[in-house]
Amino acid sequence: MDDKEIIARRVALELRDGQLVNLGIGLPTQVAHHLPRGVNVFFQSENGLIGMLPLPEEGFAWADLTDAGGRPVGAGPGACAIDSALSFGLIRGGHLDVTVLGGLQVDEEGHLANWLVPGVMVPGMGGAMDLVTGAKRVIVAMTHAAKGSSKIVRRCTLPLTSVRCVDLIVTELAVIEPTDAGLVLRETAPGVTVDQVVRATAARLQVPGSVGTMRG
Amino acid sequence: MKPAQAAEIAELIPDGATLMIGGFIGAGTPQRLIDELVRRSRRELTVIANDTARPGVGIGKLVDARLVRRLVTSHIGTNPETQRQMIAGQLQVELVPQGTLVERIRSGGFGLGGVLTPTGVGTLAAQGKRTIEIDGRTFLLELPLKADFALINARRADYLGNLEYALTSRNFNPVMAMAATTVVAEVDDVVPVGVIPPDAVMTPHVLVHYLVCKERADG
Repeated sequence: MDDKEIIARRVALELRDGQLVNLGIGLPTQVAHHLPRGVNVFFQSENGLIGMLPLPEEGFAWADLTDAGGRPVGAGPGACAIDSALSFGLIRGGHLDVTVLGGLQVDEEGHLANWLVPGVMVPGMGGAMDLVTGAKRVIVAMTHAAKGSSKIVRRCTLPLTSVRCVDLIVTELAVIEPTDAGLVLRETAPGVTVDQVVRATAARLQVPGSVGTMRG
Repeated sequence: MKPAQAAEIAELIPDGATLMIGGFIGAGTPQRLIDELVRRSRRELTVIANDTARPGVGIGKLVDARLVRRLVTSHIGTNPETQRQMIAGQLQVELVPQGTLVERIRSGGFGLGGVLTPTGVGTLAAQGKRTIEIDGRTFLLELPLKADFALINARRADYLGNLEYALTSRNFNPVMAMAATTVVAEVDDVVPVGVIPPDAVMTPHVLVHYLVCKERADG
């Protein structure tokens, strides 16, 4: 199992039956493939769809049914199409249960940076600022490090996506929960020790008496 | 509402015009109108749109042809050429959170003086903006956007110009139809009045000035 699959499988366990869920482009999209049996959620695509499903077969691709990355998708029973104002009204208005996003940095205060690397990459924020500001629960799904350096840092050096704190960080090494007392190490991946996670993390981690093992 | 050819619409649009263009990475973008703007080389345009799709696709064609001077958008990550022109200083880009962008357009079209949003508070998106506290919560004041032309795409229109959109090709189109002086709808099909039932009309015909229909296959 590769790192991304470990992360996607663990995030999928956070989803509850009947929730409205938005998955970011890239790694978070994979969460849809690992929903536990009996858990049926409605995936929102912020370009205007509730009830998005993967394309059932290659030949069914249709230009008017796409995800927020512009790729062709399918839709399930009960799906509905909405305009961008309603789509972001759902997001900003607190009607979206969970958003799963990728991250460039998360810091000790639970702040996320994921939309800009000044002078290097200027994709723009797209829907990320609205999602992090408005969703009931924000889960960051990302690899623990990039090019050997920890993405979980004392303080974000990249521009923030929102001043709202994220609710959970899931990496291939650990599950970490931002709290008022700082970042708490909740789980480590199978075969990974607490010490290994602490060493791989630039931020200070609170380590409670019992740290679970990541499932998925 | 008048039926028109895409080429006639491109004639109406002067250099330097402000255009709202519907679509989300090309889905729901009026392709024929864009092709005509490129063919006639309408320059110094201000474009308000969710994104610039990809090079060679949708709004990306306007960027490729260097016809855009200023861009108000939420995301250019799918178009390296837009990023290149921005970094080279050839294209001014104002990045706006997507939910804020649609609300700024909506407030422009709905007669409001702006919107208050929590999105972007405490981030780069708040730079130069007023904040207002309501019930102890901080909001950004975001100002309305309007345009000279809205170029939108719909699945079908009836003879009056009532519009119906297709799935995710709806996106910004109905909101932009409210916010421009002249609204041009490029549609895939035109049907007699009544074929689109009143409950299914998503943009009422009173908003649409020009309808660009598919060119007939038999000429």
